[in-house]
Amino acid sequence: MGFDQYHEPPEELPAATRTFARLCASLTEEAEALGWYEQRIAVETDPEAVAIMRDAQGEEFKHFSMDLEFLLRRTPRWRAVAQGILFQGGDIVEHGEEAEAEAFDGEGSGAQGEYEAGSLGIGSLKGVAR
Amino acid sequence: MNHLLRSHAPISDAGWEMLDEEARTRLTSALAARKLIDFSGPHGWDYSARSLGRVSPLKATLCEGVSGLQRRVLPLVELRADFELSRAELRDGDRGADDTDLAGLDQAAHQIAMAENIAVFYGWGGAVVGIGEASPHKQPKLGSAIDGYPGLVAGAVERLLCSGITGPYGLALGREQYRMVVETAEHGGYPLLDHLREILGGPIVWAPGVDGAVVLSLRGGDFSFECGQDLSIGYDSHDDDVVRLYLEESFSFHVATPEAAVALKP
Repeated sequence: MGFDQYHEPPEELPAATRTFARLCASLTEEAEALGWYEQRIAVETDPEAVAIMRDAQGEEFKHFSMDLEFLLRRTPRWRAVAQGILFQGGDIVEHGEEAEAEAFDGEGSGAQGEYEAGSLGIGSLKGVAR
Repeated sequence: MNHLLRSHAPISDAGWEMLDEEARTRLTSALAARKLIDFSGPHGWDYSARSLGRVSPLKATLCEGVSGLQRRVLPLVELRADFELSRAELRDGDRGADDTDLAGLDQAAHQIAMAENIAVFYGWGGAVVGIGEASPHKQPKLGSAIDGYPGLVAGAVERLLCSGITGPYGLALGREQYRMVVETAEHGGYPLLDHLREILGGPIVWAPGVDGAVVLSLRGGDFSFECGQDLSIGYDSHDDDVVRLYLEESFSFHVATPEAAVALKP
């Protein structure tokens, strides 16, 4: 079994970075599956088969979203940018530029929002409770 | 290696993963303030103060025709909770035991989360000004009659609206108050928890350290938690039997809009 999600020697990586890489790999796989189902559904003519694949694709929506939420919770800088882009009406590119400027403005060396080795990476929990 | 000195600890990689995950789980459930206020950072362990954008006059003059001002900053505070773990238990964890005794870590996690909640909601001896002490609103008493809760929470929301504070609103409930709310169904069996959520338009949070309840706006920009080093486990020392570790964080907390919250006494 390979460990393709690691770009650097795994034994040199902190545990939190290995977890991050695993979830990034999982996110990629879910996105691929979403694309595959979309293509299969587009060409399938049997309505029953389409219904099953739509149901399966729904599972992938859930998996992708859970992976993404985990990664955003553990990565405040990413979360800050995403909050300015996701679930907003209007121009996506414009929101992206604004979110980037807002999240990184005055950050200087880039140290803000990056977790030091050993951090539990908890960060903001706003939006977690209901 | 940074100041946490984790690599000096006699703990395997798998052991550290187990401890970090246990701490995350325990902390996430109890860190109530972070579920309701704005969070920024982390800025790192060496970050010591937040700029307030304000100045104080300096009376002494250095030479004629020259005046001076001093910038005001909000220094970060540090929280630390020490704990011990049995090395034999950690070795059993490495062997695959799924019931490793991590009671020391669990207790420390609960205590430091509670301390963070208290600092944010009630302040910390002048070092931190909390939401409750900053709020200019009257602090109604919740009392022991649970059926009075919807009226009191609605009253707090109405008071915020009168002050021009828009929602959604969140509610931090002390342990006893939370227990009473979740176990109560109103006339017709409608859960009180759902009724309160409808009044608030936002979440209800179990908040160890809160004595009573706090209603506050979640619109953003009113309450700012600035993190230096986020919660981390560090290594202190060990002997043949135990390893001594600690949970630690640094932060500042600033209330930008004191009228954006109403504290309710127990």
